[in-house]
Amino acid sequence: MPNKGGVEKKPVQPVINGSVAAQRRISQLPRNSIMGNFRDDEQDFGNMPDLSDEALRPVRPDDQLKLTEAELNEEHTRILTARNPQAAENIVRYSYKDRLFKPIPHVDQLAVHFQLDGNLILRDSDEGRRQVARDGGEYTIEEEDEASTPEAESTEEKTTQDGEDEDDEKPVESSATNGKTKKLTNQFNFSERASQTYNNPCRDRETFVEQTPRAVFSDNVSQWAIFDAYNEDFDLQQKAKEKENKKSSTKKDDDRKKKFVATDLSGDDMAKFARSKSASISLKIIERMINQNTFDDIAQDFKYWEDAADEYREQEGSLLPLWIFQYDLTKKLACTNLAWNSQYSDLFAVAFGSYDFLKQTRGMFLVYSLKNPSFPEYIFQTESGVMCLDFHHHHPNLLCCGFYDGSVAVYNVADEQKRPKYQSTARNGKHTDPVWQVRWQKDDLDGNLNFYSISSDGRVVCWTLVKSDLMYADIVQLKLEKPATEPNETLPLATLGCGTCFDFNKQQDYLFIVGTEEGKIHKCSKSYNNQFLDTFDAHHMAIYAVRWNTFHPKIFLSCSADWTVKVWDINYKVPLFTYDLGSAVGDIAWAPYSSTVFAACTADGKVFVFDLNVNKYEPLTEQIVVQKKRTKLTHITFNRNHPIILAGDDRGNVISLKLSPNLRKKPKVKKGQDVAEGTEGESVKLDKILALIRDPDDVKSKGVPTQQTSTTPIPTTN
Amino acid sequence: MTQAEVDDTLKRIHEHKGVQGYIIINNDGIPIRTTLDAAVTQQYAALIRSLTDKARSAIREIDPTNELVFFRMRTRKHEILIAPDKEYTLIVLQATDVQ
Repeated sequence: MPNKGGVEKKPVQPVINGSVAAQRRISQLPRNSIMGNFRDDEQDFGNMPDLSDEALRPVRPDDQLKLTEAELNEEHTRILTARNPQAAENIVRYSYKDRLFKPIPHVDQLAVHFQLDGNLILRDSDEGRRQVARDGGEYTIEEEDEASTPEAESTEEKTTQDGEDEDDEKPVESSATNGKTKKLTNQFNFSERASQTYNNPCRDRETFVEQTPRAVFSDNVSQWAIFDAYNEDFDLQQKAKEKENKKSSTKKDDDRKKKFVATDLSGDDMAKFARSKSASISLKIIERMINQNTFDDIAQDFKYWEDAADEYREQEGSLLPLWIFQYDLTKKLACTNLAWNSQYSDLFAVAFGSYDFLKQTRGMFLVYSLKNPSFPEYIFQTESGVMCLDFHHHHPNLLCCGFYDGSVAVYNVADEQKRPKYQSTARNGKHTDPVWQVRWQKDDLDGNLNFYSISSDGRVVCWTLVKSDLMYADIVQLKLEKPATEPNETLPLATLGCGTCFDFNKQQDYLFIVGTEEGKIHKCSKSYNNQFLDTFDAHHMAIYAVRWNTFHPKIFLSCSADWTVKVWDINYKVPLFTYDLGSAVGDIAWAPYSSTVFAACTADGKVFVFDLNVNKYEPLTEQIVVQKKRTKLTHITFNRNHPIILAGDDRGNVISLKLSPNLRKKPKVKKGQDVAEGTEGESVKLDKILALIRDPDDVKSKGVPTQQTSTTPIPTTN
Repeated sequence: MTQAEVDDTLKRIHEHKGVQGYIIINNDGIPIRTTLDAAVTQQYAALIRSLTDKARSAIREIDPTNELVFFRMRTRKHEILIAPDKEYTLIVLQATDVQ
């Protein structure tokens, strides 16, 4: 504490004019007196001038830093450096090269205190010269005072410019002596002018427009969408090519017409639906599926059921009833014929008519599919009973049929209108009696379709479809053998027998056999008009069906109203086998898969199935298949691909039956032996059986020479 | 098929054993003919439409040359048969217990 300093100083009381202290505060008492009291408080003002005046005495704030004497005497060195105190001491930057943060070696110490961008350009610089040149090319300074001597000025200028640029002295001088100097304009030469124009009042006009109709459109792209697009494009290209090649094709017109119709008709949605082709397909599918659901168990049976009991019974088989095909309008009609379609193995046609001579009504034929047992696919109504029909082998839509009134017709099953394409008329060779059977034949030499028909009027007629006409040609007339007991007959009538059925040999097309009402079977040829090649006295009553064996070229079967079924060889007059079935046999059929299996149906509603390979004398199956008693079975047929049989009865029902495995047997093959499949194998099989029979009966059956053709002329009656 | 044949077929379908009803919807999902009540029809139309599209897309995605012809869904209460088509879709409800 520098008390001394404080004591040494005398309180100096400067005289201040006009200030008289009324009272004296403690702090304003003479210093010495106070000092003594307040020395502890360190009220030392240092080297401050002692002011006696109250107002001028410094006041120490309470929060001022109080330092000790030693601290006050401490010397602090201050160095004046050129460093910028504001600059950071260490700035660190990331170095990508070294992949780490590195301090910058030198921190910029420049501190800019004030910066102002000016508009002055050095006169001699490039920019300055350019400006001058732009303004007129005079490198002069503004002259304010014209009065002053140009000399003096020039010298002034000289001196001023000497320092700047000595090179330009001369031009400067010359320019200076020119006199008037041009006023230097600034680079902007800016003058502002403004005026206020009248503001037109604004008005808003609006109109509301009807909203354009909008539709949200979204789509997914997937592989098949792209595929479809490519397909369409391809089709268009193909069409374009076709148009180039063919000028006009009627088919296309039809298609176009159909399409045209479909899109053009507005109105009822259902009408459009009806016309849509693909919709009708899906409708069909739905119907079939519903049927499958309903008849699910039958469908399963059809496909998979096999009678297990057949393993235990060698010599027996069974028939499992499957669907029954019925239709309202045929309830009173009898099924007169059944035919499977040549191309679609599930499609078959049923002909309905009446066998009753007195009750002749309209007839019809239906085309059913196995896939839809409750309703036929196609329905055709006819004026007279249909007695027979046949599908064409190559054209599965063509169907020929024969009627009770003797006419024949050809239908196109796929036709929209249910009318025949061709029909025979009275002028056109129509039969005079019911047509009992029709059969398509191979196309003739000109490529025309032709079919044969046989009827009770004793004629076998060949019908040819020539363009739009039906031409007929009598092939054979079934002349009766006149009994020799009537000589001197004056009437030159040639009586004809009544033909009831015929069948063409599968291997030799020209050969066919005809069955008659008299019970005779005639072997005929297409080339011989008037003569039969051979005649068999087969039955006592009318023959209902004759059938060649599917594989063997010489064996055929015949059935008749005399309750018998007989197996014949074409060369022998005596039948090989005879079976008595207890009731009039309506129809017989060979199995398509074996040469030794055949089925027969009788008027007491039974179906018989024989297999000559297994049992030569007894049927493997004898089963009643009809629902009601006293229903006669009229026709029977095997399916090509599936193991089922169709049987038609006289109440308009068609019953389908599944064959059990025993009935479908093929001969067992011994190991090491070559299996002769197909026709040869089958005929060989049959031959073996026949050989067994024939040998002991050699004497009996040798009534006829073994030549195939025997030309015994049949005398024409007078 | 003529209009009459189509009507015949639909009537036959409706009268078949076990069939509870059918719906025909066009491409926009609007039912054009139905034998069920309106609310149920709307529901079926909307739901089955999207299901059909999905099914068809799935089949074609696997093999673009193939196409969906028919499918059915068997549920506890009944069986739904669906035949989709380019322009229309047919839906039939059939009871499973035919007995």
